[in-house]
Amino acid sequence: MEKKESFINQIGRARRAEFAIETLIRTLGFSSIGFVLLIFFFLLREGLPVFFEVRPGNLFSTQWYPTFDLYGTLPLILGSVLVTVTAVAIALPLGVATAVFVREVAPGWAREVLKPMIEVLAGIPSVVLGFFGMTLVAPLIRETLRVPTGLTAFTGALLLAYMALPTIISVAEDALDAVPKGYRDAALAMGATRWQTIWRVVVPAARSGIVTAVMLGMGRAIGETMAVMMVTGNAARMPLTADSLLRPVRTMTATIAAEMGEVAQGSVHYHALFGIGIVLFLLTFLINLAAASTIFKKRRRGGLR
Amino acid sequence: MVEQPPKIRIHDVSYAYGDRQALRNVTLDVPSKAVTVLFGPAGSGKTTMLRLINRLNDLVDNTRMSGRILLDGQDVYAPGVDVTALRRRVGMVFALPLPLPGTVRENVLYGPKLAGVREQSRLDEALQRSLTQAALWDEVKDRLDDPARALSGGQQQRLCIARSLALEPEVLLLDEPTSGLDPISTGKVEASLLDLKKEYTIIIIPHSVQQAARVADCAAFFLMGELIEYRAGREIFTTPCDQRTEDYVTGRFG
Amino acid sequence: MQRIGFVLLVLAALVVVLPILFVVGAIVVRGIGAVSWEFLSAMPRDGMKAGGILPAIVGTLLLTLGTALAAIPVGVGGAIYLSEYAADIWLTRAIRLAIINLAGIPSVVYGLFGLGLFVLFLQFGTSILAGSLTLAIMTLPIIISAAEEALRAVPTEFRTVSTSLGGTRWQGIRYIVLPQALPGIITGLILGLLRAAGETAPILFTVAAFFLPRLPHSPLDQTMALPYHLYVISTQVPGMPVDVQYGTALVLLALVLSMNVAATLIRSYYRRRRQW
Ligand SMILES: Nc1ncnc2c1ncn2[C@@H]1O[C@H](COP(=O)(O)OP(=O)(O)OP(=O)(O)O)[C@@H](O)[C@H]1O
Ligand SMILES: [Mg+2]
Repeated sequence: MEKKESFINQIGRARRAEFAIETLIRTLGFSSIGFVLLIFFFLLREGLPVFFEVRPGNLFSTQWYPTFDLYGTLPLILGSVLVTVTAVAIALPLGVATAVFVREVAPGWAREVLKPMIEVLAGIPSVVLGFFGMTLVAPLIRETLRVPTGLTAFTGALLLAYMALPTIISVAEDALDAVPKGYRDAALAMGATRWQTIWRVVVPAARSGIVTAVMLGMGRAIGETMAVMMVTGNAARMPLTADSLLRPVRTMTATIAAEMGEVAQGSVHYHALFGIGIVLFLLTFLINLAAASTIFKKRRRGGLR
Repeated sequence: MVEQPPKIRIHDVSYAYGDRQALRNVTLDVPSKAVTVLFGPAGSGKTTMLRLINRLNDLVDNTRMSGRILLDGQDVYAPGVDVTALRRRVGMVFALPLPLPGTVRENVLYGPKLAGVREQSRLDEALQRSLTQAALWDEVKDRLDDPARALSGGQQQRLCIARSLALEPEVLLLDEPTSGLDPISTGKVEASLLDLKKEYTIIIIPHSVQQAARVADCAAFFLMGELIEYRAGREIFTTPCDQRTEDYVTGRFG
Repeated sequence: MQRIGFVLLVLAALVVVLPILFVVGAIVVRGIGAVSWEFLSAMPRDGMKAGGILPAIVGTLLLTLGTALAAIPVGVGGAIYLSEYAADIWLTRAIRLAIINLAGIPSVVYGLFGLGLFVLFLQFGTSILAGSLTLAIMTLPIIISAAEEALRAVPTEFRTVSTSLGGTRWQGIRYIVLPQALPGIITGLILGLLRAAGETAPILFTVAAFFLPRLPHSPLDQTMALPYHLYVISTQVPGMPVDVQYGTALVLLALVLSMNVAATLIRSYYRRRRQW
């Protein structure tokens, strides 16, 4: 009995240290919320003034020439949309097909080769891809498509597609993985070929996961900066003509990156660039919120409560 | 035998997981330094009963409990009770051998070290004493620094018993400790129980009625969350009072 | 039909994979000639057209180190909270949403934020400190998600056993869960830091010096950095020798890919050795 007391006596001090650690962990747990709020706050703080300094008619006009006090963001927004949508249009079929190949068809060794390659792609810094795009892809585009410059919206979209591919492939793979095996067996048992089973049963069953993949890929593409800036030519024109894909374009991200270095702090132009930042923040927030609503449904539990 | 006050008094305990009632108005006195057996069909609430005694079910969300559990007359659910100290006094062994990652030695000394014991001599003493009590010392005394996973299933389970004993608990809760073991290992564990009951109060959920009959000093029959019959000695297995107990021990269901 | 379909799938996979090989191959082949000991260890000369890229390499290493120092405690702490403490209530869902949102914020917007908070408001100036903190917040969601996954993979039974032996929740985490999850956590850390090492946009306005042929003296110094340097010499400096550009690209790619390989090796090594 006495011994038992002695087991317990050293606990008090340890308890207090432990309380401190647990409090710290709880605080760190909530820090993510704090950072999001902090980011939003500082974007608003530096960006909101533009909405008072520049008339709305000007902000939503088609001309972005800050030196002449023209802050029309439409060409930038449409530029981002054009490049992003094209990128996803390229990446989606490729990504889903690759995911189907990896999950449903590929022999083991092919999988072992493909997976690390895609991880490599995910790891290549965007400035390296941009450099590659400038020096090798752009000339190729200029010559094969016979356009005056290879720095086009399409070049940007092509690079973006590859940057979005790892995300799309991995989310699509997860989605395929989640399709119950019974579906496949049932379809095969009813005499469907493997091909029919994949396209008529497995892929449709994975639809919501594939939608998530598209959204995450889109979020990734719309926020991409360096590669896009280096290969799209950065002309702030409205991409409304049919040949827009093959002409230079300028995105929101590229505008911020290219111009922020030259503006005076506190100027209208400075506020305008932060204003674009607010738009980007909200846009990616909405896209990820939509993607998240599908992810939340399949959380599993781990530690003790 | 000298009349001693019961080590543990369970008084009118009811318990529910969400809206699933697991225990209903269970009242039970567990005698000191004896083997008390809780038996009954699957899902009858035995494990729940056990995990309430050392408050391991505090880890489960969304539960409701009423009634009282007294250890040496003290309510273990009273406010201000040091739960970790309680769990040092009430050791537990699980149905599957669950060695922690690490060596045999690390496994046995995990509890004492967490309790703040630093002196090497006391740790060494605890190591040898608890492994001996669990009838494992001779088999592992040359393998103390091998990974615990390298032991056989039966050895692992006795290691888990030793791990509990290292804390010098007063009560030992065993939840089907031999369910994964072969008959020889089972025999060894049962033999060590008979030794242990000289010093410890033991509550065990057996993995069969036969085992219950072999080890019981007292036995309690649970059915669908209710305590049907509770008696000292082994007559419950030969001449049960309740029809439902009789059906169960004679193998008519469960 | 099935034939054609499978051929198409193979084609798609090839269209995905071959360009990756081509990018890496082209950069290695064209860049390897430029990489010499001098290139790695000397200051740039002649308006960066000659000499080495030492300050950019050191700058990137320092930024990565600074990011690690800031992001690791916060990220791992946050992951421990989510895996071991958080109950499934709306607040936890808000945290998860915040993490998803952080992961989605464009890198250039992190740059804006770093400029607004660290450079201007807190007056760190364009500095390694400001850049590291910006990169750290950007890296956080990657680290938290990876570390949480590693922690959750540790079987619940270990925690239960620890508790039953009189361990407190923190003791179980400290002595059982964390050591078991460590390889997974380290993998996640490397993957997050690799992102930070290769990013350009967040450091554009928070750290990067266009041309600064010396090593930084303090965390409040500016510095050159590999990704920004590659951007500068491939777009802002006319007449830049192509092999210097490729050499720089190669060094950056090698740094990032070797981190990638390290992460993969650690993961597969410990997966095989794991006891559960
Ligand atoms: N963590 C839990 N959450 C929800 N319900 C639970 C939980 N643990 C047990 N139950 C339920 O409580 C009831 C009693 O379970 P308990 O594990 O105590 O039975 P048992 O007698 O030990 O059964 P067995 O012989 O199968 O081990 C069962 O209906 C079970 O489904
Ligand atoms: Mg049970």
